[in-house]
Amino acid sequence: MDRPLRLITANPVDQLARTIEALLVVASAPLSVEELAQAANDDPERIELALGLLSDRFREGRSGIVLEHVAGGYAYRASREAAEACERLFERPVERGLSQAALETLSIVAYLGPCSRPEIARIRGVAADSAVAGLLERGLIAEAGRDDGPGGAVRYRTTPLFERVFGLESAAALPRLDDLGETAADIRERLHSVAVGKTA
Amino acid sequence: MAPVTDVRELELDLDAFEGPFDLLLTLLLKEELEPAEIDMAAIVVAFVEHLAERNELDLEACGEFLVLIAALLELKARALFPDEEAELAELEPEEAAEELARRLAEYRRMKEAAGWLAERLAGERDRYFRVGPAPIAPRPERRLAPQDPHQLAATLRLLAEPPPQVSLAHMSLRFPPVSQFLERFRAVLRRRRRFDFDAEVGSLSRVDQAVAFLALLELRKTGEIALEQAAPFSPIRVSRPDDERGSEWIARSA
Repeated sequence: MDRPLRLITANPVDQLARTIEALLVVASAPLSVEELAQAANDDPERIELALGLLSDRFREGRSGIVLEHVAGGYAYRASREAAEACERLFERPVERGLSQAALETLSIVAYLGPCSRPEIARIRGVAADSAVAGLLERGLIAEAGRDDGPGGAVRYRTTPLFERVFGLESAAALPRLDDLGETAADIRERLHSVAVGKTA
Repeated sequence: MAPVTDVRELELDLDAFEGPFDLLLTLLLKEELEPAEIDMAAIVVAFVEHLAERNELDLEACGEFLVLIAALLELKARALFPDEEAELAELEPEEAAEELARRLAEYRRMKEAAGWLAERLAGERDRYFRVGPAPIAPRPERRLAPQDPHQLAATLRLLAEPPPQVSLAHMSLRFPPVSQFLERFRAVLRRRRRFDFDAEVGSLSRVDQAVAFLALLELRKTGEIALEQAAPFSPIRVSRPDDERGSEWIARSA
């Protein structure tokens, strides 16, 4: 029984798809099309064709392993139907106990990063030291240089793990900042109406 | 009359502190707690909830609370923005309101974004994947431009070529024997009572002049001649030691 499965025998990128499967198994972080093309020594367009084939083969409801496009690349994950079994096997230390303060800090770094602790503290109105330390420990953010000038504060950016944990294809998958919350004008109007109401 | 609600006994349960309000104040004043770590809004909420439970408005307690919380807010603001004090002080009230609204809007958007992330996280709870260091180190990238073997050979040939012989000609100075000048000066002095050293060796090379000078010193040491020089760098007069003026010079220099 050395013959490959009939399902993919007919496809011209069959051999390439098997190579990509192997590469995705040995990689612990998502691999981009360019990285796959370089490792497989093949054409990026053919890589995409092969990934299409694999996405169909490794999808929810069909396989326990699911191929997903995440954090700017492709990676395997467990199928959602196996989540309970996975949960019994191990905890999820990365996301466990992410506080409101940590999530707000993470948002600021994701949207405004690279940014420093003083910048985060200025926006949140609370010192960011412990929140930043927690996010660093979880690997959701990482250092990214320093502010200009001597003794500049360390800057932080989000990591590919952040995109993976939140299931984002890339940072561009975050909602637009302008679409979130009230504008300064809205807030001024509201402050004004409260002030007028008080004095009336 | 004591306030119905004792503000200082208000129980707080914050991220950075748990206990009565007056203990929090004490710790802050003793600088054992950073004001920047304290969530002021949570204190206000705790107080308002406490008031709501009592179902009666205690104005005295509210007043005391307002004074305390305002002082705390100022303390915290100064701790958080030490450099901005001057910058903000220059703002007109209208500009200050604008700045406040801008900052509130910025924070509001980040709070909404955090909410979006929290929802996203809840939705992705059943996505499990492997996290860990790469089992195989990535291959180091080694990219070289296309190379020409002939160019390499030419470069190697250039390196293999023996370097040109370094000339040591300038180092092979030949000194004439001092004795040659000893004899020469003795012969001159036999013919003449005295002679001028510079005139005698003027036509010789620098090296010969140097050796002649050594001979002169040698003759002086053995007392065969007397030397005379009017001033530094002026001509050196050489004479027989029995010469009158020469003897004076010897006596002076002794």
